[in-house]
Amino acid sequence: MALTRAQVEGIAHLARLELDPAELPQYEQSLSRIVDFIGELERANTAGVAPMAHPLPGLAQRLRADEVTERDEHDLYQRNAPAVASGLYLVPKVIE
Amino acid sequence: MTIDRRTVTQLAADLRARKVSSVELVRACLPRIEASQSSLNAFVTVTAEQALAQAQAADRELAAGRGGPLAGVPIGHKDLFCTAGVRTTCGSRMLENFVAPYDATVVARLQAAGAVMLGKLNMDEFAMGSSNETSYFGPVRNPWNTDLVPGGSSGGCAAAVAARLVPAATATDTGGSIRQPAAFCGVTGIKPTYGRVSRYGMIAFASSLDQGGVIAQTAEDCACVLRSMAGFDPRDSTSVDIPVPDYLAGLDAPLAGVRIGLLKEFFDTGLEADYERHVREALAVFERLGARLCELSLPNIPRSVPAYYVVAPAECSSNLARYDGVRFGHRCRNPRDLTDLYKRSRSEGFGAEVKRRIMTGTYVLSAGYYDAYYLKAQRVRRLIAADFERAFAEVDLLMGPTTPTTAFALGAKSADPITMYLNDIYTISANLAGLPAMSVPCGFVGGLPVGLQIIGPHFAEQRLLQAAHRFQLETDWHARVPERCA
Amino acid sequence: MRGFRSAAHDTFVGSDRGGHRRLARGDSLMNIHLGTPVSAEAGRRQGDAWETVIGLEIHAQLATRSKIFSGAATAYGAPPNTQACLVDLGYPGVLPVLNAEAVRMAVRFGLAIGAQIARQSVFARKNYFYPDLPKGYQISQYELPIVAGGTLEIVLEDGSRKRIGVTRAHLEEDAGKSLHEGLAGLTGIDLNRAGTPLLEIVSEPQMRSAREAVAYMKKVHTLVRYLEICDGNMQEGSFRCDANVSVRPAGSEKLGTRTEIKNVNSFRYVEKAIQYEVARQIELIESGGKVIQETRLFDPDRGETRSMRSKEEANDYRYFPDPDLLPLELEAAYIEAVRAELPELPDAKAARFSAQYGLSDYDAGVLTASRELADYYEAVTRTVPGQSKLAANWVMGELAAALHKDGLEIGAGKLSAERLAGLLARIADGTISGKIAKEVFEVMWASGASADEVIASRGLQQITDTAAIERAIEEVMAHHPAQLAEFRAGKDKLFGFFVGQVMKATQGKANPAQLNALLKEKLPG
Repeated sequence: MALTRAQVEGIAHLARLELDPAELPQYEQSLSRIVDFIGELERANTAGVAPMAHPLPGLAQRLRADEVTERDEHDLYQRNAPAVASGLYLVPKVIE
Repeated sequence: MTIDRRTVTQLAADLRARKVSSVELVRACLPRIEASQSSLNAFVTVTAEQALAQAQAADRELAAGRGGPLAGVPIGHKDLFCTAGVRTTCGSRMLENFVAPYDATVVARLQAAGAVMLGKLNMDEFAMGSSNETSYFGPVRNPWNTDLVPGGSSGGCAAAVAARLVPAATATDTGGSIRQPAAFCGVTGIKPTYGRVSRYGMIAFASSLDQGGVIAQTAEDCACVLRSMAGFDPRDSTSVDIPVPDYLAGLDAPLAGVRIGLLKEFFDTGLEADYERHVREALAVFERLGARLCELSLPNIPRSVPAYYVVAPAECSSNLARYDGVRFGHRCRNPRDLTDLYKRSRSEGFGAEVKRRIMTGTYVLSAGYYDAYYLKAQRVRRLIAADFERAFAEVDLLMGPTTPTTAFALGAKSADPITMYLNDIYTISANLAGLPAMSVPCGFVGGLPVGLQIIGPHFAEQRLLQAAHRFQLETDWHARVPERCA
Repeated sequence: MRGFRSAAHDTFVGSDRGGHRRLARGDSLMNIHLGTPVSAEAGRRQGDAWETVIGLEIHAQLATRSKIFSGAATAYGAPPNTQACLVDLGYPGVLPVLNAEAVRMAVRFGLAIGAQIARQSVFARKNYFYPDLPKGYQISQYELPIVAGGTLEIVLEDGSRKRIGVTRAHLEEDAGKSLHEGLAGLTGIDLNRAGTPLLEIVSEPQMRSAREAVAYMKKVHTLVRYLEICDGNMQEGSFRCDANVSVRPAGSEKLGTRTEIKNVNSFRYVEKAIQYEVARQIELIESGGKVIQETRLFDPDRGETRSMRSKEEANDYRYFPDPDLLPLELEAAYIEAVRAELPELPDAKAARFSAQYGLSDYDAGVLTASRELADYYEAVTRTVPGQSKLAANWVMGELAAALHKDGLEIGAGKLSAERLAGLLARIADGTISGKIAKEVFEVMWASGASADEVIASRGLQQITDTAAIERAIEEVMAHHPAQLAEFRAGKDKLFGFFVGQVMKATQGKANPAQLNALLKEKLPG
């Protein structure tokens, strides 16, 4: 199944990726190839088969005790941040 | 400087016997790594000063008769294990300057065992690739022939071990990223059972498939390193609370009576004839060691690759959403608005293959396609897991080739993603089912290594390692070193 | 619009009206009318022609010490990002581990509303990009929530009861906060709140008026505080609500297109927002327009809802099971253990108060509006047995007024139940009159002294000595010969004058019963 350019652009937007117009045909083509390839799954008979989200059977979520184990390390954590002021991460103005 | 061929096991023993100091080893390794960079490009970051400091500390421990099982042994980490204070790039421009404020559990455990980190090893960007060509820091080259790829995504790890730059390296395997490069570079690699090694601090590609493991020269070394890095971690909800056996203890046990299944689907038309010949010769070795061989068919295995290329991109599209230019990672210059910040930071920070997988994953999860792709793939995944379960009711281990071909030339498969994806055709199914699997050198075709893949049931690492070790006692494929490195 | 403001609205008393007396009823309607284009004429027609359908999604922050998936603290008001750990920040490589207490709290809520507790529930990722959402996805429960299918009962305007279905309640993580002030055209992100556990409680679309919606919301508010799973602090955002609102022609079965009003954090605003939105939708439809399914924001300053365009585009959340978390499995024994720990719930407690303390349904409702209030009341009655009505009057009257005046909660501990009981005991044993008691109460409230201390230090003890009262009467009679003569001439009304004068002379301390008897004896001469 070939993806249209509009579909590729829609997916890119949903994924917050900006594709160069020059790259678009390449993504259009390769994504169409991939969609064809994975479309092969359609032929598998999976009637009555439950989806498997985890590779190990029978495991359940473990719970942790409700304890505060973390300290304030925001100076350290914000060393990787491109833009901070007064302890806040900065982004362009968000309009609600 | 002559190459140090000693294994982890030998080095650990020599260090403990004070025949060599850790500082001496590190001082020997560092210039070799430096010298190799222009030809192999296996390292993204070399941590010379830190390594020497760790080595000195290890030597003090050893002098005092203390020190963990790996005290003073130099190793490398794949550059997606977070290392406090040392940048962790994931092979991406996105994390070019990212310095994690914490150590991955694997890193911390190996450090606690006394291992000395020499540096961070190159890899496909965010572990997405089978050739190490997607790294932002340039491709890694195969020590057996630098025109060829080392495999991926743990290409830097496999190349570094093959060139004896490090005796062993940590690595990860999401669809074959330990086994395929191990096969291409003629080294031994193990991907343990999903949940055996903590994923905490291991930067995620596809969370339900990623598993940390080891690339080393021998199965014995894999056992030695794995023993120190495996085990329950309360910080990883998917980590399994089952005691870690002493993987070294059972290595010498005989293989008499062990039932080995040959996967019919792994000996298909895509497999190179000479490759197959070596794999069959390896199987004959096991037969001589008393194992019983039989052929098995797992009918859903051929659907592994398409199922994987739904599940892995789906998880990746979500896992990589956190790279938005706000808290860490690449941020574009002068964003016009929020959307522009997101889009340009991500587009500049990620390479083409990562973007392609993010888009594939976004597509298969999106409204109207979720059932047809994501859910369908997870159903197929269960069929594949059930196939394996049936097989392991009859046999103790499954064996076959690790890859369909030996290492290919740089650029040979980068034009078409599907051609590249099919390189992992034999390795992906073990990830989907969460099974432990290894690749062991079992021959050479045209001077290039051939890999034998061994797959076991959940938590059968010891059995895998034992089989591989017994095989390596009978053969010397694993001991061969590329001429240019010798 | 006005068509909706039936007479019943004005007499409406909510199911838990006592707990929120500050919420002025009725006044809110006026403000809305200023901003709404709906004419009185149209409003009258609408009242008959349209039915309102409301469903609420309530977000209750669970009162855990640490976050739902990390060990960072959840305390409110810390400096920005000082309570955001690596997991909360979505740092590369880190992983979530579920907080046991958040699970237990969700189960408590489910059991309290008679819901099914899922033996297996699943955490999913809701994917979208927003600066307050660090990972680019929110961990929530989608297909398999922990709680499904409960009910709550509210009291309607006419005193009848209505059951509101709770479709589901699920665990999820809260997002951070965006701050816009003082940052020169930029937005600042504080992720302290990110990862705070939330229980999202989703109702059936079974409410038919803003009042019903508020009554339901209050009911949930009371319940979560009873269960001690949420502090209910709406100003701090611990308890907030999204309202799904639609209208349809009366008698129609088909639901109209709904809008979602996001993040309303007071009962009053919920009511105003819904009323405004209902009027807007009706006006829109009647003028030939169509309601668009969208997210809207309530602006309390203008009393209006407005479209939140930033949240409009491409709401494709791409939910899928979070591979970092395993299915949550709860054993029957665990669920039963949580059930065994449930406290007495509001409805049951109110019924018991009526029966045990002889209180009216109204009083029982007021006194059980919060667990602290109910516990306080019971502590008072325990200390002065047999005075349950006196205690109810004082707790709902003087005490509630004093708390309100000082903006305090009952739990603030300003006046312990024992101290109030000490005062009531002196009323009961005749040491002081009810009037003097109010004076004593004020001193106790301000000083922290006990009733007996205040009575003793101020000499407020009632005068019960007959001779002393007689002396006071005689003095008053001597000072007012004219009035005495008039009384004796048949002007009975002056009896009260003499009571007042004697009370004045004794600073109000004369025992009223004794005073009456003695005056009756002495005045006639």
